[in-house]
Amino acid sequence: MISAVSIVDVVKNFGSLQALAGVSIEIEQGEFFGLLGPNGAGKTTLISSLAGLIRPDSGVLKVLGHDVIRDFREARRLLGVVPQELVFDPFFNVRETLRIQSGYFGIRNNDAWIDEILENLDLTSKADANMRTLSGGMKRRVLVAQALVHRPPVIVLDEPTAGVDVELRQTLWRFVRRLNEDGHTIVLTTHYLEEAESLCGRIAMLKAGQVVALDTTRNLLSRFSSHILRLRTTSDKPAQLGMTQEQVAQESATQECSSSWWTCGFAHFDEIEPMLARIRNAGCVIDELEIGKPDLEDVFVRVMQEQHHEQVRAA
Amino acid sequence: MNYLFTKIKPSRGFITLFYKEVLRFWKVAAQTVAAPVLTALLYLLIFSHVLASHVEVHGVPYASFLVPGLVMMSVLQNAFANTSSSLIQSKVTGNLVFVLLPPISHNEFFAAYVLASVVRGLVVGAGVLAVTTWFGSLSYAAPLWILVFAIMGGAIMGTLGLIAGIWAEKYDQLAAFQNFLILPLTFLSGVFYSIASLPPFWQHVSRWNPVFYMIDGFRHGFFGVSDISPWVSLLVGLLCLVILLLITLSALKRGYKLRA
Repeated sequence: MISAVSIVDVVKNFGSLQALAGVSIEIEQGEFFGLLGPNGAGKTTLISSLAGLIRPDSGVLKVLGHDVIRDFREARRLLGVVPQELVFDPFFNVRETLRIQSGYFGIRNNDAWIDEILENLDLTSKADANMRTLSGGMKRRVLVAQALVHRPPVIVLDEPTAGVDVELRQTLWRFVRRLNEDGHTIVLTTHYLEEAESLCGRIAMLKAGQVVALDTTRNLLSRFSSHILRLRTTSDKPAQLGMTQEQVAQESATQECSSSWWTCGFAHFDEIEPMLARIRNAGCVIDELEIGKPDLEDVFVRVMQEQHHEQVRAA
Repeated sequence: MNYLFTKIKPSRGFITLFYKEVLRFWKVAAQTVAAPVLTALLYLLIFSHVLASHVEVHGVPYASFLVPGLVMMSVLQNAFANTSSSLIQSKVTGNLVFVLLPPISHNEFFAAYVLASVVRGLVVGAGVLAVTTWFGSLSYAAPLWILVFAIMGGAIMGTLGLIAGIWAEKYDQLAAFQNFLILPLTFLSGVFYSIASLPPFWQHVSRWNPVFYMIDGFRHGFFGVSDISPWVSLLVGLLCLVILLLITLSALKRGYKLRA
Protein backbone atom coordinates (compact mmCIF):
# COMPACT_ATOMS: atom_id res chain seq x y z
CA MET A 1 0.00 0.00 0.00
CA ILE A 2 1.23 3.50 -0.83
CA SER A 3 2.33 5.52 2.20
CA ALA A 4 0.07 8.40 3.19
CA VAL A 5 3.19 10.49 3.70
CA SER A 6 6.65 9.63 2.48
CA ILE A 7 9.58 11.76 3.58
CA VAL A 8 12.97 10.64 2.30
CA ASP A 9 16.26 12.21 3.34
CA VAL A 10 14.96 15.77 3.44
CA VAL A 11 17.53 18.50 4.06
CA LYS A 12 16.76 22.17 4.54
CA ASN A 13 19.18 24.92 5.50
CA PHE A 14 18.36 28.52 6.33
CA GLY A 15 21.73 30.16 5.83
CA SER A 16 24.10 28.52 8.31
CA LEU A 17 21.23 26.96 10.29
CA GLN A 18 20.43 23.37 9.40
CA ALA A 19 16.69 23.07 10.04
CA LEU A 20 16.34 19.54 8.63
CA ALA A 21 19.36 17.26 8.49
CA GLY A 22 18.24 14.34 6.36
CA VAL A 23 14.83 13.45 7.79
CA SER A 24 13.16 10.22 6.61
CA ILE A 25 9.71 9.14 7.83
CA GLU A 26 7.04 6.89 6.31
CA ILE A 27 3.47 7.33 7.56
CA GLU A 28 0.96 4.65 6.62
CA GLN A 29 -2.59 5.36 5.50
CA GLY A 30 -5.03 5.63 8.39
CA GLU A 31 -2.35 6.27 11.01
CA PHE A 32 -2.61 8.83 13.80
CA PHE A 33 0.98 9.97 13.80
CA GLY A 34 2.69 12.31 16.26
CA LEU A 35 5.61 14.57 15.47
CA LEU A 36 7.25 15.76 18.67
CA GLY A 37 10.27 17.81 19.50
CA PRO A 38 11.43 20.89 21.37
CA ASN A 39 11.12 24.36 19.83
CA GLY A 40 13.41 24.67 16.83
CA ALA A 41 13.57 20.90 16.29
CA GLY A 42 12.34 21.25 12.70
CA LYS A 43 8.71 20.08 13.05
CA THR A 44 7.13 23.11 11.36
CA THR A 45 9.85 23.20 8.70
CA LEU A 46 9.09 19.57 7.91
CA ILE A 47 5.35 20.20 7.74
CA SER A 48 5.85 23.34 5.65
CA SER A 49 8.02 21.32 3.25
CA LEU A 50 5.27 18.73 2.97
CA ALA A 51 2.71 21.48 2.29
CA GLY A 52 4.90 23.15 -0.35
CA LEU A 53 5.36 26.31 1.73
CA ILE A 54 9.08 25.63 1.99
CA ARG A 55 11.29 24.15 -0.69
CA PRO A 56 13.78 21.65 0.72
CA ASP A 57 17.39 21.76 -0.46
CA SER A 58 17.28 18.03 -1.15
CA GLY A 59 15.17 14.95 -0.52
CA VAL A 60 11.74 13.82 -1.61
CA LEU A 61 8.34 14.39 -0.01
CA LYS A 62 5.22 12.61 -1.24
CA VAL A 63 1.57 12.62 -0.24
CA LEU A 64 -0.12 9.36 -1.21
CA GLY A 65 2.57 8.82 -3.83
CA HIS A 66 2.40 12.33 -5.32
CA ASP A 67 5.58 14.40 -5.21
CA VAL A 68 4.84 17.71 -3.46
CA ILE A 69 6.89 19.66 -6.03
CA ARG A 70 6.58 17.84 -9.36
CA ASP A 71 2.97 16.76 -8.82
CA PHE A 72 1.99 19.62 -6.55
CA ARG A 73 -1.65 19.88 -7.64
CA GLU A 74 -2.56 16.34 -6.65
CA ALA A 75 -0.34 16.37 -3.56
CA ARG A 76 -1.95 19.56 -2.25
CA ARG A 77 -5.45 18.32 -3.09
CA LEU A 78 -4.80 15.29 -0.87
CA LEU A 79 -3.43 17.31 2.03
CA GLY A 80 -5.15 19.54 4.59
CA VAL A 81 -2.95 21.64 6.82
CA VAL A 82 -3.92 23.50 9.99
CA PRO A 83 -1.17 26.11 10.34
CA GLN A 84 0.36 26.89 13.70
CA GLU A 85 -0.09 30.66 13.45
CA LEU A 86 -3.54 32.09 14.16
CA VAL A 87 -4.09 33.72 10.75
CA PHE A 88 -7.31 34.86 9.08
CA ASP A 89 -8.59 37.09 6.29
CA PRO A 90 -10.36 40.06 7.90
CA PHE A 91 -12.44 40.87 4.80
CA PHE A 92 -14.73 37.85 5.04
CA ASN A 93 -17.12 36.06 7.37
CA VAL A 94 -16.73 32.41 8.36
CA ARG A 95 -18.96 30.98 5.63
CA GLU A 96 -17.37 33.14 2.92
CA THR A 97 -13.94 32.08 4.13
CA LEU A 98 -14.87 28.40 3.84
CA ARG A 99 -16.56 28.83 0.45
CA ILE A 100 -13.51 30.63 -0.90
CA GLN A 101 -11.21 27.94 0.49
CA SER A 102 -13.39 25.28 -1.18
CA GLY A 103 -13.11 27.16 -4.47
CA TYR A 104 -9.32 27.22 -4.24
CA PHE A 105 -9.47 23.42 -4.22
CA GLY A 106 -11.80 23.36 -7.21
CA ILE A 107 -14.97 22.56 -5.25
CA ARG A 108 -18.29 24.30 -5.97
CA ASN A 109 -21.53 24.01 -4.02
CA ASN A 110 -19.80 22.69 -0.92
CA ASP A 111 -22.32 24.08 1.57
CA ALA A 112 -23.55 20.69 2.84
CA TRP A 113 -20.04 19.67 3.92
CA ILE A 114 -19.28 23.19 5.18
CA ASP A 115 -22.39 23.01 7.39
CA GLU A 116 -21.29 19.63 8.73
CA ILE A 117 -17.82 20.94 9.58
CA LEU A 118 -19.32 24.04 11.22
CA GLU A 119 -21.59 21.87 13.33
CA ASN A 120 -18.83 19.49 14.36
CA LEU A 121 -16.61 22.36 15.42
CA ASP A 122 -19.44 24.23 17.19
CA LEU A 123 -19.20 27.09 14.70
CA THR A 124 -22.73 27.10 13.27
CA SER A 125 -23.80 30.16 15.26
CA LYS A 126 -20.73 32.04 13.99
CA ALA A 127 -21.19 31.21 10.29
CA ASP A 128 -22.11 34.78 9.35
CA ALA A 129 -19.74 36.51 11.78
CA ASN A 130 -16.80 38.41 10.37
CA MET A 131 -13.47 36.76 11.15
CA ARG A 132 -12.27 39.89 12.96
CA THR A 133 -15.03 39.56 15.56
CA LEU A 134 -14.16 35.99 16.59
CA SER A 135 -12.23 35.04 19.70
CA GLY A 136 -8.85 33.31 19.40
CA GLY A 137 -10.41 29.91 20.06
CA MET A 138 -13.07 30.44 17.40
CA LYS A 139 -10.47 31.58 14.88
CA ARG A 140 -8.55 28.39 15.63
CA ARG A 141 -11.68 26.36 14.89
CA VAL A 142 -12.08 28.14 11.54
CA LEU A 143 -8.46 27.27 10.72
CA VAL A 144 -9.29 23.62 11.32
CA ALA A 145 -12.44 23.96 9.20
CA GLN A 146 -10.44 25.54 6.36
CA ALA A 147 -8.06 22.58 6.33
CA LEU A 148 -10.99 20.18 6.02
CA VAL A 149 -13.19 21.86 3.37
CA HIS A 150 -11.79 19.71 0.56
CA ARG A 151 -12.05 16.45 2.56
CA PRO A 152 -8.33 15.68 2.41
CA PRO A 153 -7.33 12.08 3.14
CA VAL A 154 -4.20 13.34 4.93
CA ILE A 155 -4.63 15.99 7.61
CA VAL A 156 -1.73 17.78 9.27
CA LEU A 157 -2.37 19.61 12.52
CA ASP A 158 0.51 21.85 13.55
CA GLU A 159 0.00 22.53 17.26
CA PRO A 160 -3.75 22.96 16.87
CA THR A 161 -4.43 23.28 20.61
CA ALA A 162 -1.74 25.83 21.43
CA GLY A 163 -3.33 28.41 23.71
CA VAL A 164 -6.93 27.18 23.40
CA ASP A 165 -9.40 26.25 26.11
CA VAL A 166 -10.36 22.79 27.29
CA GLU A 167 -13.72 22.87 25.53
CA LEU A 168 -12.16 23.41 22.11
CA ARG A 169 -9.57 20.72 22.74
CA GLN A 170 -12.26 18.21 23.55
CA THR A 171 -14.42 19.26 20.58
CA LEU A 172 -11.42 19.17 18.26
CA TRP A 173 -10.09 15.81 19.39
CA ARG A 174 -13.54 14.26 19.22
CA PHE A 175 -13.87 15.43 15.60
CA VAL A 176 -10.31 14.49 14.63
CA ARG A 177 -10.69 11.03 16.20
CA ARG A 178 -13.84 10.53 14.12
CA LEU A 179 -12.01 11.61 10.97
CA ASN A 180 -9.25 9.14 11.80
CA GLU A 181 -11.79 6.38 12.36
CA ASP A 182 -13.27 7.25 8.96
CA GLY A 183 -9.88 6.53 7.40
CA HIS A 184 -8.17 9.93 7.34
CA THR A 185 -4.48 9.92 8.14
CA ILE A 186 -3.67 12.40 10.89
CA VAL A 187 -0.25 13.94 11.47
CA LEU A 188 -0.09 15.90 14.71
CA THR A 189 2.55 18.13 16.23
CA THR A 190 1.97 19.26 19.77
CA HIS A 191 3.77 20.31 22.91
CA TYR A 192 1.04 18.67 25.00
CA LEU A 193 2.59 15.24 25.33
CA GLU A 194 -0.40 13.74 27.12
CA GLU A 195 -2.44 14.54 23.97
CA ALA A 196 0.08 12.78 21.75
CA GLU A 197 0.20 9.82 24.16
CA SER A 198 -3.56 9.33 24.14
CA LEU A 199 -4.11 9.99 20.41
CA CYS A 200 -1.09 8.84 18.42
CA GLY A 201 -0.38 5.26 17.46
CA ARG A 202 3.14 6.09 16.34
CA ILE A 203 5.46 8.93 17.19
CA ALA A 204 8.59 10.49 15.76
CA MET A 205 10.76 12.68 17.95
CA LEU A 206 12.84 15.35 16.29
CA LYS A 207 15.79 17.23 17.63
CA ALA A 208 18.04 19.66 15.76
CA GLY A 209 16.51 18.61 12.46
CA GLN A 210 17.03 14.88 12.99
CA VAL A 211 14.74 12.01 13.89
CA VAL A 212 16.01 10.80 17.28
CA ALA A 213 13.20 8.32 17.98
CA LEU A 214 10.57 6.73 15.77
CA ASP A 215 8.36 3.96 17.09
CA THR A 216 4.87 3.04 18.21
CA THR A 217 3.70 4.95 21.27
CA ARG A 218 3.54 1.68 23.24
CA ASN A 219 7.15 0.77 22.40
CA LEU A 220 8.35 4.25 23.23
CA LEU A 221 6.63 4.13 26.61
CA SER A 222 8.35 0.85 27.48
CA ARG A 223 11.63 1.83 25.86
CA PHE A 224 13.52 2.74 29.02
CA SER A 225 11.57 0.87 31.69
CA SER A 226 8.15 -0.59 32.11
CA HIS A 227 7.57 1.03 35.55
CA ILE A 228 8.87 3.99 37.48
CA LEU A 229 9.60 4.31 41.19
CA ARG A 230 9.26 7.85 42.54
CA LEU A 231 10.17 8.82 46.07
CA ARG A 232 10.49 12.02 48.07
CA THR A 233 13.22 12.42 50.63
CA THR A 234 15.31 15.09 52.31
CA SER A 235 18.49 13.13 51.65
CA ASP A 236 20.61 13.30 48.51
CA LYS A 237 21.66 9.65 48.94
CA PRO A 238 19.45 8.44 46.05
CA ALA A 239 21.90 10.10 43.66
CA GLN A 240 24.60 7.66 44.82
CA LEU A 241 22.18 4.81 44.13
CA GLY A 242 21.64 5.83 40.52
CA MET A 243 18.33 7.63 40.93
CA THR A 244 17.55 10.82 39.01
CA GLN A 245 16.44 13.97 40.75
CA GLU A 246 13.33 15.50 39.17
CA GLN A 247 13.41 19.03 37.92
CA VAL A 248 11.02 21.12 40.02
CA ALA A 249 9.41 24.45 39.34
CA GLN A 250 10.98 27.43 41.10
CA GLU A 251 7.98 28.06 43.37
CA SER A 252 7.79 24.38 44.38
CA ALA A 253 11.50 24.35 45.08
CA THR A 254 11.23 27.24 47.52
CA GLN A 255 8.20 25.75 49.26
CA GLU A 256 9.75 22.33 49.77
CA CYS A 257 13.38 23.20 49.82
CA SER A 258 14.25 20.42 52.28
CA SER A 259 12.96 17.48 50.20
CA SER A 260 12.91 16.52 46.56
CA TRP A 261 11.56 13.83 44.26
CA TRP A 262 13.81 11.10 42.84
CA THR A 263 12.98 8.56 40.16
CA CYS A 264 14.32 5.35 38.72
CA GLY A 265 12.93 2.90 36.23
CA PHE A 266 12.65 -0.84 36.59
CA ALA A 267 11.45 -3.69 34.44
CA HIS A 268 9.99 -6.06 37.09
CA PHE A 269 8.32 -5.55 40.46
CA ASP A 270 10.81 -7.87 42.20
CA GLU A 271 13.49 -5.23 41.62
CA ILE A 272 11.68 -2.81 43.97
CA GLU A 273 12.43 -4.35 47.35
CA PRO A 274 16.23 -4.59 46.76
CA MET A 275 16.22 -0.94 45.68
CA LEU A 276 14.26 0.13 48.77
CA ALA A 277 16.64 -1.92 50.95
CA ARG A 278 19.63 -0.12 49.46
CA ILE A 279 17.91 3.20 50.18
CA ARG A 280 17.19 2.20 53.80
CA ASN A 281 20.74 0.91 54.29
CA ALA A 282 22.06 4.21 53.03
CA GLY A 283 20.22 5.86 55.94
CA CYS A 284 17.73 7.64 53.80
CA VAL A 285 14.21 8.27 55.18
CA ILE A 286 11.44 8.13 52.54
CA ASP A 287 8.69 10.75 53.07
CA GLU A 288 6.51 9.70 50.13
CA LEU A 289 6.60 6.91 47.54
CA GLU A 290 4.83 6.21 44.23
CA ILE A 291 5.03 3.47 41.65
CA GLY A 292 3.68 4.23 38.21
CA LYS A 293 4.08 3.77 34.50
CA PRO A 294 6.30 6.15 32.54
CA ASP A 295 4.42 8.69 30.45
CA LEU A 296 5.46 10.17 27.15
CA GLU A 297 6.94 13.15 28.90
CA ASP A 298 9.38 10.87 30.76
CA VAL A 299 10.33 9.21 27.49
CA PHE A 300 10.62 12.54 25.70
CA VAL A 301 12.91 13.95 28.38
CA ARG A 302 15.06 10.80 28.38
CA VAL A 303 15.38 10.78 24.59
CA MET A 304 16.31 14.44 24.51
CA GLN A 305 18.82 13.97 27.36
CA GLU A 306 20.40 10.97 25.62
CA GLN A 307 20.68 12.99 22.45
CA HIS A 308 22.27 15.85 24.32
CA HIS A 309 24.82 13.52 25.98
CA GLU A 310 25.65 11.99 22.60
CA GLN A 311 26.26 15.44 21.16
CA VAL A 312 28.48 16.36 24.12
CA ARG A 313 30.43 13.12 23.72
CA ALA A 314 30.82 13.73 19.98
CA ALA A 315 32.05 17.26 20.66
CA MET B 1 9.31 19.43 -18.50
CA ASN B 2 9.93 22.76 -16.85
CA TYR B 3 7.74 25.33 -18.53
CA LEU B 4 7.31 28.83 -17.15
CA PHE B 5 3.73 28.70 -18.41
CA THR B 6 2.45 25.41 -17.08
CA LYS B 7 -1.26 25.56 -17.81
CA ILE B 8 -3.36 28.10 -19.63
CA LYS B 9 -6.78 26.51 -19.06
CA PRO B 10 -8.42 28.40 -16.19
CA SER B 11 -9.15 26.27 -13.15
CA ARG B 12 -11.72 26.84 -10.41
CA GLY B 13 -8.86 27.80 -8.11
CA PHE B 14 -7.97 30.66 -10.44
CA ILE B 15 -11.59 31.77 -10.76
CA THR B 16 -12.06 31.71 -6.98
CA LEU B 17 -8.86 33.66 -6.35
CA PHE B 18 -9.90 36.24 -8.94
CA TYR B 19 -13.38 36.46 -7.38
CA LYS B 20 -11.88 36.78 -3.88
CA GLU B 21 -9.58 39.59 -4.99
CA VAL B 22 -12.48 41.50 -6.60
CA LEU B 23 -14.70 40.89 -3.56
CA ARG B 24 -11.89 42.09 -1.28
CA PHE B 25 -11.69 45.57 -2.82
CA TRP B 26 -15.44 45.78 -3.39
CA LYS B 27 -16.14 45.17 0.32
CA VAL B 28 -14.21 48.34 1.11
CA ALA B 29 -15.38 50.28 -1.96
CA ALA B 30 -15.56 53.57 -0.07
CA GLN B 31 -11.81 53.36 0.38
CA THR B 32 -10.83 51.61 -2.86
CA VAL B 33 -13.25 53.15 -5.37
CA ALA B 34 -15.01 56.25 -4.00
CA ALA B 35 -11.89 57.83 -2.45
CA PRO B 36 -9.78 57.81 -5.65
CA VAL B 37 -12.76 59.12 -7.64
CA LEU B 38 -13.05 62.04 -5.20
CA THR B 39 -9.30 62.69 -5.41
CA ALA B 40 -9.45 62.86 -9.21
CA LEU B 41 -12.45 65.16 -9.02
CA LEU B 42 -10.54 67.52 -6.71
CA TYR B 43 -7.58 67.56 -9.11
CA LEU B 44 -9.92 68.49 -11.94
CA LEU B 45 -11.71 71.19 -9.98
CA ILE B 46 -8.47 72.85 -8.89
CA PHE B 47 -6.50 72.59 -12.13
CA SER B 48 -9.38 73.42 -14.44
CA HIS B 49 -10.33 76.42 -12.27
CA VAL B 50 -6.78 77.79 -12.36
CA LEU B 51 -5.89 76.98 -15.96
CA ALA B 52 -9.04 76.42 -18.00
CA SER B 53 -9.40 79.97 -19.29
CA HIS B 54 -5.71 80.20 -20.18
CA VAL B 55 -4.66 76.94 -21.79
CA GLU B 56 -5.56 74.82 -24.81
CA VAL B 57 -3.69 71.63 -25.61
CA HIS B 58 -3.74 70.07 -29.09
CA GLY B 59 -6.63 72.47 -29.79
CA VAL B 60 -8.63 70.96 -26.92
CA PRO B 61 -9.78 73.04 -23.89
CA TYR B 62 -7.61 72.28 -20.85
CA ALA B 63 -10.43 70.82 -18.71
CA SER B 64 -11.34 68.40 -21.51
CA PHE B 65 -7.64 67.54 -22.05
CA LEU B 66 -7.25 66.85 -18.34
CA VAL B 67 -10.15 64.39 -17.99
CA PRO B 68 -8.64 61.39 -19.88
CA GLY B 69 -5.30 61.96 -18.12
CA LEU B 70 -6.95 61.85 -14.71
CA VAL B 71 -9.01 58.80 -15.67
CA MET B 72 -5.92 56.91 -16.84
CA MET B 73 -3.89 58.00 -13.82
CA SER B 74 -6.62 56.60 -11.58
CA VAL B 75 -6.69 53.34 -13.54
CA LEU B 76 -2.92 52.95 -13.22
CA GLN B 77 -2.58 53.91 -9.57
CA ASN B 78 -5.47 51.76 -8.44
CA ALA B 79 -4.38 48.74 -10.44
CA PHE B 80 -0.98 49.03 -8.73
CA ALA B 81 -2.56 49.55 -5.31
CA ASN B 82 -4.82 46.50 -5.63
CA THR B 83 -2.17 43.84 -6.18
CA SER B 84 0.49 45.43 -4.00
CA SER B 85 -1.73 46.13 -0.98
CA SER B 86 -3.50 42.78 -1.16
CA LEU B 87 -0.25 40.85 -1.29
CA ILE B 88 1.57 42.81 1.41
CA GLN B 89 -1.44 42.56 3.74
CA SER B 90 -1.61 38.82 3.20
CA LYS B 91 2.12 38.47 3.77
CA VAL B 92 2.21 40.60 6.90
CA THR B 93 -0.88 39.04 8.47
CA GLY B 94 0.14 35.56 7.35
CA ASN B 95 -3.11 34.68 5.58
CA LEU B 96 -1.26 34.23 2.27
CA VAL B 97 -0.88 30.64 3.43
CA PHE B 98 -4.53 30.04 2.40
CA VAL B 99 -3.56 30.78 -1.21
CA LEU B 100 -0.23 28.97 -1.08
CA LEU B 101 -1.58 25.69 0.32
CA PRO B 102 -4.19 24.92 -2.39
CA PRO B 103 -3.33 23.52 -5.84
CA ILE B 104 -3.06 26.93 -7.53
CA SER B 105 -0.20 27.26 -10.01
CA HIS B 106 2.03 30.33 -10.27
CA ASN B 107 0.37 31.22 -13.61
CA GLU B 108 -3.09 31.14 -12.04
CA PHE B 109 -1.86 33.13 -9.05
CA PHE B 110 -0.46 35.78 -11.42
CA ALA B 111 -3.50 35.92 -13.67
CA ALA B 112 -6.02 36.14 -10.81
CA TYR B 113 -4.22 38.98 -9.02
CA VAL B 114 -3.51 40.97 -12.18
CA LEU B 115 -7.01 40.54 -13.63
CA ALA B 116 -8.57 41.70 -10.36
CA SER B 117 -6.29 44.74 -10.40
CA VAL B 118 -7.41 45.52 -13.96
CA VAL B 119 -11.04 45.27 -12.84
CA ARG B 120 -10.42 47.68 -9.96
CA GLY B 121 -8.56 50.05 -12.28
CA LEU B 122 -11.43 49.99 -14.78
CA VAL B 123 -14.09 50.45 -12.09
CA VAL B 124 -12.28 53.46 -10.61
CA GLY B 125 -11.54 54.80 -14.10
CA ALA B 126 -15.20 54.53 -15.05
CA GLY B 127 -16.13 56.30 -11.82
CA VAL B 128 -13.68 59.13 -12.47
CA LEU B 129 -14.92 59.43 -16.05
CA ALA B 130 -18.54 59.52 -14.85
CA VAL B 131 -17.99 62.40 -12.42
CA THR B 132 -15.50 64.41 -14.46
CA THR B 133 -17.09 64.11 -17.89
CA TRP B 134 -19.38 67.09 -17.05
CA PHE B 135 -16.41 69.39 -16.69
CA GLY B 136 -15.15 69.04 -20.24
CA SER B 137 -16.58 68.31 -23.65
CA LEU B 138 -15.21 64.86 -24.43
CA SER B 139 -15.36 63.18 -27.79
CA TYR B 140 -14.76 59.46 -28.23
CA ALA B 141 -12.74 59.45 -31.45
CA ALA B 142 -11.44 55.87 -31.16
CA PRO B 143 -13.16 53.94 -28.31
CA LEU B 144 -11.15 50.78 -28.99
CA TRP B 145 -7.90 52.59 -28.17
CA ILE B 146 -9.49 53.79 -24.93
CA LEU B 147 -10.30 50.22 -23.93
CA VAL B 148 -6.99 48.75 -25.13
CA PHE B 149 -4.84 51.28 -23.24
CA ALA B 150 -6.99 51.14 -20.10
CA ILE B 151 -6.70 47.33 -19.93
CA MET B 152 -3.03 47.24 -20.91
CA GLY B 153 -2.12 50.06 -18.52
CA GLY B 154 -4.02 48.36 -15.71
CA ALA B 155 -2.28 45.05 -16.44
CA ILE B 156 1.17 46.68 -16.48
CA MET B 157 0.62 48.47 -13.18
CA GLY B 158 -1.11 45.44 -11.65
CA THR B 159 1.94 43.35 -12.55
CA LEU B 160 4.27 46.02 -11.15
CA GLY B 161 2.14 45.99 -7.98
CA LEU B 162 2.57 42.22 -7.79
CA ILE B 163 6.35 42.62 -8.06
CA ALA B 164 6.28 45.27 -5.33
CA GLY B 165 4.07 43.08 -3.13
CA ILE B 166 6.33 40.07 -3.59
CA TRP B 167 9.49 42.09 -2.93
CA ALA B 168 8.30 44.18 0.02
CA GLU B 169 8.34 42.63 3.47
CA LYS B 170 7.01 45.67 5.33
CA TYR B 171 4.47 48.39 4.60
CA ASP B 172 7.14 51.10 4.53
CA GLN B 173 9.04 49.27 1.78
CA LEU B 174 5.87 49.23 -0.29
CA ALA B 175 5.25 52.90 0.47
CA ALA B 176 8.77 53.68 -0.75
CA PHE B 177 8.09 51.80 -3.99
CA GLN B 178 4.86 53.72 -4.41
CA ASN B 179 6.19 57.18 -3.48
CA PHE B 180 9.55 57.06 -5.21
CA LEU B 181 8.66 55.11 -8.35
CA ILE B 182 4.95 54.92 -9.14
CA LEU B 183 3.98 58.46 -8.15
CA PRO B 184 6.75 60.22 -10.14
CA LEU B 185 6.14 57.94 -13.13
CA THR B 186 2.42 58.79 -13.21
CA PHE B 187 2.71 62.49 -12.35
CA LEU B 188 5.50 63.08 -14.91
CA SER B 189 3.76 61.22 -17.70
CA GLY B 190 1.70 63.97 -19.29
CA VAL B 191 -1.42 63.64 -17.17
CA PHE B 192 -1.54 67.39 -16.60
CA TYR B 193 0.27 68.59 -19.75
CA SER B 194 1.38 67.64 -23.25
CA ILE B 195 5.07 66.78 -23.39
CA ALA B 196 5.23 69.01 -26.51
CA SER B 197 5.10 71.93 -24.06
CA LEU B 198 8.28 70.74 -22.28
CA PRO B 199 11.86 71.78 -23.09
CA PRO B 200 13.61 69.32 -25.47
CA PHE B 201 15.63 67.70 -22.66
CA TRP B 202 12.53 66.88 -20.58
CA GLN B 203 10.68 65.75 -23.69
CA HIS B 204 13.51 63.26 -24.21
CA VAL B 205 13.36 62.14 -20.56
CA SER B 206 9.56 61.73 -20.77
CA ARG B 207 9.95 59.33 -23.68
CA TRP B 208 11.76 56.92 -21.31
CA ASN B 209 8.70 56.86 -19.05
CA PRO B 210 6.45 53.97 -20.10
CA VAL B 211 3.46 55.53 -18.34
CA PHE B 212 3.65 58.45 -20.76
CA TYR B 213 2.79 56.10 -23.63
CA MET B 214 -0.20 54.70 -21.71
CA ILE B 215 -1.61 58.18 -21.01
CA ASP B 216 -0.89 59.44 -24.53
CA GLY B 217 -2.44 56.42 -26.23
CA PHE B 218 -5.47 56.55 -23.93
CA ARG B 219 -5.97 60.24 -24.66
CA HIS B 220 -5.68 59.54 -28.39
CA GLY B 221 -8.80 57.40 -28.03
CA PHE B 222 -10.76 60.45 -26.92
CA PHE B 223 -9.44 63.23 -29.16
CA GLY B 224 -7.81 61.41 -32.07
CA VAL B 225 -4.64 63.45 -31.50
CA SER B 226 -1.59 62.59 -29.39
CA ASP B 227 2.11 63.34 -28.95
CA ILE B 228 3.06 59.87 -30.25
CA SER B 229 1.36 57.44 -32.64
CA PRO B 230 -0.91 55.09 -30.62
CA TRP B 231 0.70 52.15 -32.43
CA VAL B 232 4.09 53.10 -31.01
CA SER B 233 2.50 53.50 -27.57
CA LEU B 234 0.87 50.08 -27.95
CA LEU B 235 4.21 48.50 -28.87
CA VAL B 236 5.99 50.11 -25.91
CA GLY B 237 3.16 49.04 -23.57
CA LEU B 238 3.19 45.45 -24.80
CA LEU B 239 6.97 45.28 -24.47
CA CYS B 240 6.79 46.55 -20.88
CA LEU B 241 4.00 44.11 -20.07
CA VAL B 242 5.91 41.12 -21.45
CA ILE B 243 9.09 42.05 -19.57
CA LEU B 244 7.24 42.56 -16.27
CA LEU B 245 5.20 39.40 -16.83
CA LEU B 246 8.33 37.29 -17.36
CA ILE B 247 9.99 38.76 -14.25
CA THR B 248 6.90 38.15 -12.13
CA LEU B 249 6.22 34.63 -13.37
CA SER B 250 9.84 33.71 -12.81
CA ALA B 251 9.69 35.04 -9.23
CA LEU B 252 6.40 33.24 -8.54
CA LYS B 253 7.65 29.98 -10.03
CA ARG B 254 10.74 30.09 -7.80
CA GLY B 255 8.57 31.08 -4.85
CA TYR B 256 10.76 34.15 -4.33
CA LYS B 257 9.94 35.63 -0.90
CA LEU B 258 6.69 33.65 -0.81
CA ARG B 259 7.86 30.06 -0.37
CA ALA B 260 11.06 29.90 1.72
